[in-house]
Amino acid sequence: MIDYLWLLIALPLLGALTLIVLGKRIGEPASGWLASTLVAIPFIMAVILAVPFAGGAETEHVYVFSWIPVIGANASLLWDPLSALMALIVTGVGGLIHIYSIGYMHGDDRYPRFFGYMNLFIGSMLTLVLADNFALMFVGWELVGLSSYLLISFWFSKPSAAAAGKKAFIVNRIGDWGFLVALMMIFAAFGTLDFAIVFARAGGVLSVGMATAITLMLFVGATGKSAQLPLYVWLPDAMEGPTPVSALIHAATMVTAGVYMIARTAALFELAPVSLAVVATVGALTALFAATLAVGQRDIKKVLAYSTISQLGYMIMAVGLTALTAGIFHLMTHAFFKALLFLAAGSVIHAMSSEQDMWKMGGLRKYMPTTFVTMVIAWLAISGVFPLSGFWSKDEILGAAFAKGGWFIGLWAIGVITALITAFYMTRLIILTFFGEKRWDPDAHPHESPSTMTIPLMVLAFFAAVIGLWNTPVRLGLEHFLEPAFENVTQVHALGNLTVTALALISLAVVTVGILLAYHRYGRGELPAEDGGYWAAALDGYGVDDLYGKVIVAPGKAAATWLAMIFDVRVVDGIVNGLAVVTKAFGSSLRVLQTGWVRSYGAGIVAGSLGVILWLLLRGGAF
Amino acid sequence: MELTLLIILPLLGALVVGFLPKRRPELIFPVSVGVSILPLVASLWIMWNFTVGEAGFQFTEDYTLSESLGIGWRLGVDGISLWMIVLTGILMTLAIAGSKSITDRTKQYMVSMLVLEAGLLGVFLSLDLLLFFAFFEIVLVPMYLLIGIWGGENRKYASIKFVLFTAFGSIFLLAGIIVIAITAGDAAGTITSFDFRQMLTLDLSPTTQLWLFLAFGIAFAVKVPMFPFHTWLPDAHTEAPTAGSVILAGVLLKMGAYGFLRFNLTLFPQASVDLAQILGIIGVIGIIYGAAVAIVQPDAKRLVAYSSVSHMGFVVLGIFALTSQGLSGGVFVMISHGLTTGALFLLIGMIYERRHTRMISEYGGIAKVMPIYAGIFLFMAFASIGLPGLSGFIGEFTVLIGSYMTLPVLAILAGSGVILAAVYLLWMYERMFTGPVLNPKNEGLSDLSFREIAILVPLIVIIIGIGIYPKPVLDRIEPSVEVILDRIQATTDYQPPEYGRADEIVQPQDVRSEIVGEHAGEEAQGEEESG
Repeated sequence: MIDYLWLLIALPLLGALTLIVLGKRIGEPASGWLASTLVAIPFIMAVILAVPFAGGAETEHVYVFSWIPVIGANASLLWDPLSALMALIVTGVGGLIHIYSIGYMHGDDRYPRFFGYMNLFIGSMLTLVLADNFALMFVGWELVGLSSYLLISFWFSKPSAAAAGKKAFIVNRIGDWGFLVALMMIFAAFGTLDFAIVFARAGGVLSVGMATAITLMLFVGATGKSAQLPLYVWLPDAMEGPTPVSALIHAATMVTAGVYMIARTAALFELAPVSLAVVATVGALTALFAATLAVGQRDIKKVLAYSTISQLGYMIMAVGLTALTAGIFHLMTHAFFKALLFLAAGSVIHAMSSEQDMWKMGGLRKYMPTTFVTMVIAWLAISGVFPLSGFWSKDEILGAAFAKGGWFIGLWAIGVITALITAFYMTRLIILTFFGEKRWDPDAHPHESPSTMTIPLMVLAFFAAVIGLWNTPVRLGLEHFLEPAFENVTQVHALGNLTVTALALISLAVVTVGILLAYHRYGRGELPAEDGGYWAAALDGYGVDDLYGKVIVAPGKAAATWLAMIFDVRVVDGIVNGLAVVTKAFGSSLRVLQTGWVRSYGAGIVAGSLGVILWLLLRGGAF
Repeated sequence: MELTLLIILPLLGALVVGFLPKRRPELIFPVSVGVSILPLVASLWIMWNFTVGEAGFQFTEDYTLSESLGIGWRLGVDGISLWMIVLTGILMTLAIAGSKSITDRTKQYMVSMLVLEAGLLGVFLSLDLLLFFAFFEIVLVPMYLLIGIWGGENRKYASIKFVLFTAFGSIFLLAGIIVIAITAGDAAGTITSFDFRQMLTLDLSPTTQLWLFLAFGIAFAVKVPMFPFHTWLPDAHTEAPTAGSVILAGVLLKMGAYGFLRFNLTLFPQASVDLAQILGIIGVIGIIYGAAVAIVQPDAKRLVAYSSVSHMGFVVLGIFALTSQGLSGGVFVMISHGLTTGALFLLIGMIYERRHTRMISEYGGIAKVMPIYAGIFLFMAFASIGLPGLSGFIGEFTVLIGSYMTLPVLAILAGSGVILAAVYLLWMYERMFTGPVLNPKNEGLSDLSFREIAILVPLIVIIIGIGIYPKPVLDRIEPSVEVILDRIQATTDYQPPEYGRADEIVQPQDVRSEIVGEHAGEEAQGEEESG
């Protein structure tokens, strides 16, 4: 069956093609079910194929076809515990979100097209995680960017949605440039882009300087895709897309590609301590920075968007600390609880007729009990409350920072502060949405969502609650599972039991403080007025977009305009036209234009050629 | 005989169209489309019967026209020219099929197109420099007429500019050809010799090579076009009728790049090596400059024209990287650019026929009114951006990989072209297709007709096909590229970088078994074994 691994990619892509071309005929809801089936089958296959890894099965390389022979790049796939885990997350969470969308997208004009794009995303993401070489990974890397573009700007008649899609793609492309440069360097050094060969030989081939250059360029790619400082700006805007898209692409899967990529290429990062320090630091700073922005949002999806950036910061920090298992663990738990948060938020938005402002919600728990209960589970999970999933995975990352010691203790401190802020803004979100007074429009009739939407919520809630138990300091299930994938990399060493417990207590205390502070502020009747000062700045994203607009976009456009309208027309064209000979010819030719100038040109060429030949013939004797 | 027939077929077609009865004008379009299929089929037949893996020219023909002057009807096809003739065949049929809106002097128009096709095929098949030059110049005439008669408002200026620029280059080319023909004649014991393959045996001094390289190079640089000789292109493109733009971008520009590949690299290898860096720089300037200038163009056609300058920069960079990857990638970009840019011009032509404007600001939100059109346009935009899975990616990616090895800084700069391409195309798409429909003139636009879709679908299929499975194309290009590099290596002291030749790259399937056995301590040893 492993020989058919490519079907994991091919089936969703086939679905995409079918739905994009024939979607109108297939219609609603058949296209939704078709798309969901074409994700469910790969999920089942992935489960069957992943089971042997529990018994210590070997890594598989599946050759499909020779792709670009001149750089030795094949379409060939890698099936090891890491890619298997990623494939399971992508198809599992992805499948649930497909089913959810059957209800959520009900009545949309372009319902089949939506599912076509969703399937395209699944196929692309699976290409990214199953690739066994850099070139094919780059294919997936770019194609998820395409799906993201198509889905963010799905409601393209809204100018803000169209602009957000374009922005996401272009900002991602800046990161992709880094990735591309890294690939050039890797090929020049190794003569191949194959993972196994590059990683096995890296120690012998790369100097520290080269390894640092390559990994920093790879990291530029990761900052784009995984929305890290300074390239995170596209992700808040990406919330213009339908909510299932935010859940699947901009929370659970695509944005984690950078984390996956760094974990996959850890053998290179390991050779470059400077790069690792940069990665960990950028991750920690992003986590803190984005968390402070999440606090001040009024739009429920914007809170979750900044929260995602912040959580991705944790993951990036983890892989930067070479706590690879911890990073992937958090990637997994986050996939469940953040997808759940987005879908539950979507359920709320759906119920409130597209209202996203939390100030216009309140008291919804009585009207949508399932959504409420599942979202509470997600809230506890992301806040890091014992024993839900987020607690385990986040603490493992913080523990790794602590274990590394030295100035990484500073990163640990940043992580702890971020945990406090996270508990605060998530509690704020829950209270504003589900508790307190009804602040909505009297015409709104909130109601629980249909079962295609609530069942996925319940499944995700179950996993968000318990999946953390897979990898606890007592029983390191995930670590053993992933061991073969990371066997060549030295991970950060574990801490003693006492320290682990002490750290866990500290973060639990901090989380409690965060929750209580939020309760104190929002949970007791009158809501505080949040305007001016920090609140205005946070709503504006601290003005970073404006800054980029002023420093990069506007000067860039001005320069391009000058080049196009002044330099190209007056200088380049001017000089070339102005060359004495040409000017003369041009001037006179304009006059002879109407009188069959081309004919004279043609005649001239012929006469000239004949003349030259004649001349050659005449002096032929000389030869 | 096959290649002669290939060149003659469009001329025969032109005769048929020319002698259609005057009172049956409705026949001109279908007959023209019909006869244009013949050279397409012939070029596909040649592709089918082309022997893969064989270096050198195939289907060669050699008929002496003048013994003493060493002029001959010499034709041949290799893995590079093969794709150029196939591209010509495909685009010409589609361009003619896309010319239904031509109602003025239709017959002359179709004849011009078919003569143009013969000229283009001749350029790519000639193995005699005088023949090459003749075809190179013949192409000018129908193209001049296409722009000058069936073009837009400013057609006179654009067509004259087009001819003058190219003629300016041609003067140097002719001079260069004559000089080398005399030298070759010396060696062959005739007055002159224009036989390309015989010229390959010449041993020219570095100085002679340099001057001849420049003489040939100027003509080709204008055609490519390379910065700063590109300014004729936006004007010619904007004013040319749709089919003219398609052929101009799709095939005509390739004559320049082809000239560099075929003649400059092989006849003047020392000069090529010496000038590689400078030409690489010019290529990268083209990539970035063309893209930057494209961003702010208010006219959709002009925007795509400047994007051609950018894409052709990749070709130049790839060629002068002087590695297998760079050269193969460059040829692949030539093919892919022909398909995607050709398609974009067809698409812009289709909307122009409906609204009679090319100004981006005149549109907005038309994805709502013309969903199929918008979908195909977006597809072609992404193909042009170089999205993996589509043809554009294969070429540009291979060029970048190939040029980093010899020109690292240039390759890194060229990589930023991937960002700029997304900027200009997606911004244009946003302005033309998304948002609400504000201009009432756009409300009633009809979506693509069956004929229009039928013209675009073959391009979509090929772009996806060679994007996912480029191997058949690359397998034919590569041996011919190797011949060129072999010759450069044999005649100069140029040493390609490690892994810069196709036979040196590490094939994963060969090495992986040995890798699995390697332990951490043996890595260095494993490296020696494979190196």
